[in-house]
Amino acid sequence: MFDSLSSKLGGIFDRLTRRGNLTEDDVAEAMREVRVALLEADVALSVVKDFVAKVKERAVGQEVVRSVTPGQQVIKIVHDNMVELLGTQAEPLNFNVTPPAVIMMLGLQGSGKTTTSAKLAKRLTEVDRKKVLLASLDVQRPAAQEQLAVLAAQVGVACLPIVAGQDPVAIAKRALLTARNEVYDVVILDTAGRLSIDDALMAEAASVRDAVQPHESLLVVDAMTGQDAVNTATQFDQRVGVTGMVLTRIDGDARGGAALSMRAVTGKPIKFLGTGEKTESLEVYHPDRLANRILGMGDVVSLVEKAAATINQDDAQEMAEKFLSGKRFDFNDLAKQLQQMRKMGGLGGLMGLLPGIGKIKEQLKNANIDDKAIKRQEAIIQSMTPAERKNADLLQASRKRRIAKGAGVEVQDVNRLIKQFLEMQKMMKQMQKLGKGGFMRGMMPKMMGGDMAGLNKKG
Amino acid sequence: MTEDAPKTGWLARLKAGLQRSTSKLTEGIAAVFTKRKLDQAALGELEELLIAADLGPSTAALLTAEFGKTRFGKDVTDQEVKQALAESITAILAPCAAPLNVATAKPFVVLVVGVNGTGKTTTIGKLAQLYRAQGLKVMLAAGDTFRAAAISQLQIWGERTGCKVIAGAANGDAAALAFQALQQAQSDGTDLLLIDTAGRLHNKKDLMQELAKIARVVKKLVPEAPHATLLVLDATTGQNAHAQVEVFRELTQVTGLVVTKLDGSAKGGVLVALADRFKLPIHAIGVGEGANDLRPFRAEDFARSLMGVDEGGKAGSE
Repeated sequence: MFDSLSSKLGGIFDRLTRRGNLTEDDVAEAMREVRVALLEADVALSVVKDFVAKVKERAVGQEVVRSVTPGQQVIKIVHDNMVELLGTQAEPLNFNVTPPAVIMMLGLQGSGKTTTSAKLAKRLTEVDRKKVLLASLDVQRPAAQEQLAVLAAQVGVACLPIVAGQDPVAIAKRALLTARNEVYDVVILDTAGRLSIDDALMAEAASVRDAVQPHESLLVVDAMTGQDAVNTATQFDQRVGVTGMVLTRIDGDARGGAALSMRAVTGKPIKFLGTGEKTESLEVYHPDRLANRILGMGDVVSLVEKAAATINQDDAQEMAEKFLSGKRFDFNDLAKQLQQMRKMGGLGGLMGLLPGIGKIKEQLKNANIDDKAIKRQEAIIQSMTPAERKNADLLQASRKRRIAKGAGVEVQDVNRLIKQFLEMQKMMKQMQKLGKGGFMRGMMPKMMGGDMAGLNKKG
Repeated sequence: MTEDAPKTGWLARLKAGLQRSTSKLTEGIAAVFTKRKLDQAALGELEELLIAADLGPSTAALLTAEFGKTRFGKDVTDQEVKQALAESITAILAPCAAPLNVATAKPFVVLVVGVNGTGKTTTIGKLAQLYRAQGLKVMLAAGDTFRAAAISQLQIWGERTGCKVIAGAANGDAAALAFQALQQAQSDGTDLLLIDTAGRLHNKKDLMQELAKIARVVKKLVPEAPHATLLVLDATTGQNAHAQVEVFRELTQVTGLVVTKLDGSAKGGVLVALADRFKLPIHAIGVGEGANDLRPFRAEDFARSLMGVDEGGKAGSE
């Protein structure tokens, strides 16, 4: 996610870090590269110019001369400016209204409105405990309404029944009426994709707006969008009105400059990020974290939050208690950990969030680490009998052969997992001996999800 | 549906589509060069205008430098600048303008690939319409088994264009479906088989391998298949299009491009850089949601539209 920009800026500042004092020329050279990096990242030209000028002004002169490590100082200035540009805090959806709150999804064709609508519905249902109704106003694209209905069923959210031949305004009114009668908290209106210069369709969106008075109008924009992001955002904002934006497909390798430009030009906050094809792949947007990520500083906060949300609280509690009571770590525990890891988006997903991993990640990619390994390990454990899972000593050669067969792997794979398991068991034992003191609290979150329950209590 | 809407000339549509950003670009150029000396500052501004059209910083620098070489220090007008740049861009694009020739095999198998939301299914519908109008027997394979209702979407296109659609269950194996469709196409005497695929981001390794598998599997029936692999690019995409072409080409042997959504305010300027770098044929462009909104790619039209050269009544001569 935003990797390429991170590594680019990283490279530039590596050089700055190595040098002693910064001259105006150094800064100018770095800024030229920052400019190109940002332009290649599809940040709008006007935004790039402002940005570079501001950073340059702050970097050359007193601040730099006085600082101990000039390179770091410049990084900080770039970072601060980027945060400033991205907005200083996450802005949540506005639910401070008489229900139902109406959310209208807008965007170009293929930006991911329908998928985002379903993801948002799921999120609002499961995280915010809202009763959500989905409705598709897309009468343009063949089977678009059906697509939303299928997705709604997948995420377990109600969807307005399809009435053939109804126009978008009529559907929107019907959705609102249904929501009022059946006491829904939120109505999400998925609209047809439209070009910002398509007068007829823009007028249609405006009349839907007038008919239902949405509380939120979210513009869904593909992270791969080029310089046109600015046009799109400005046009939709002027003609229909936009309260926030959703940036989709940032799990791709696009540098996502569109986020910076749209925010800078419209002043409207980015509220969510689409991070994958699964229905739970929608994250709240945190500007400060995004800037860190762009600058290659990783995103530890996101990682912790993701872990806390994904890991089943009861499981974590149980594991922590088991651990503290001095019981032996067994294969059942390992299986749970593997499952949690997979839920959190696998190794790849976790890696992307860790700081300082930007460069290593490239190498990892080439080293062919694949998340199927986790699945395979789970399969091995699943091929064991309950007794074997509790007691690794039982695992003799013939049992190993049976397990390997059952899991569709080689015996050596089983051996590798057992070795790994024994090492973990040993480590756990040592930590138990060290007691319930500070060391544990420090180590546990890294080792397993075990301490998450405690972490949440604090928060 | 949209196809029932009154049709306007395609050039007019493209021009209207390009108008907003083109006028911004050309106004910009006009502001820079209302007869002034071409100095370094002027060239810098010109470069920025090209960047704003998604040509990318390096291509913009290249075109600007080339332009500066011949005119530096001379007085130039806005029209001259536009004309000269349009010519340079035409020269880059012209070798890539080539329609898709489907007459070399029967059935001619086309695999349509691309990232999510670029318009693969819609493009297939339009291609079906185009070749049906030429009297060919066309079959569609609903290989996007992942996205909800993608199969129904293609089936509706099949009905609209009068083509047989081979579809399986949702979440089924796309490669198996492609294989089955090709078998069916062979026995039906089909001229052209268009295989839809699920959109996928090019950095998702597993999904890309799945795509390679579809190509491998159809080869078991016809070693030369797929005869063409079309990468569908969205004109609103910025510099990430480079990565898309690079990876899709490597893993699926892309033979040509189709650029969609050119009726919007995005101009697809990245195409110039892509043409220069990959030299892949650009078969067609999408200029709307209707069945007839697919056009052959013409380098000069595209370049002139991009630079706004046609403004001032010259469009009539096209």
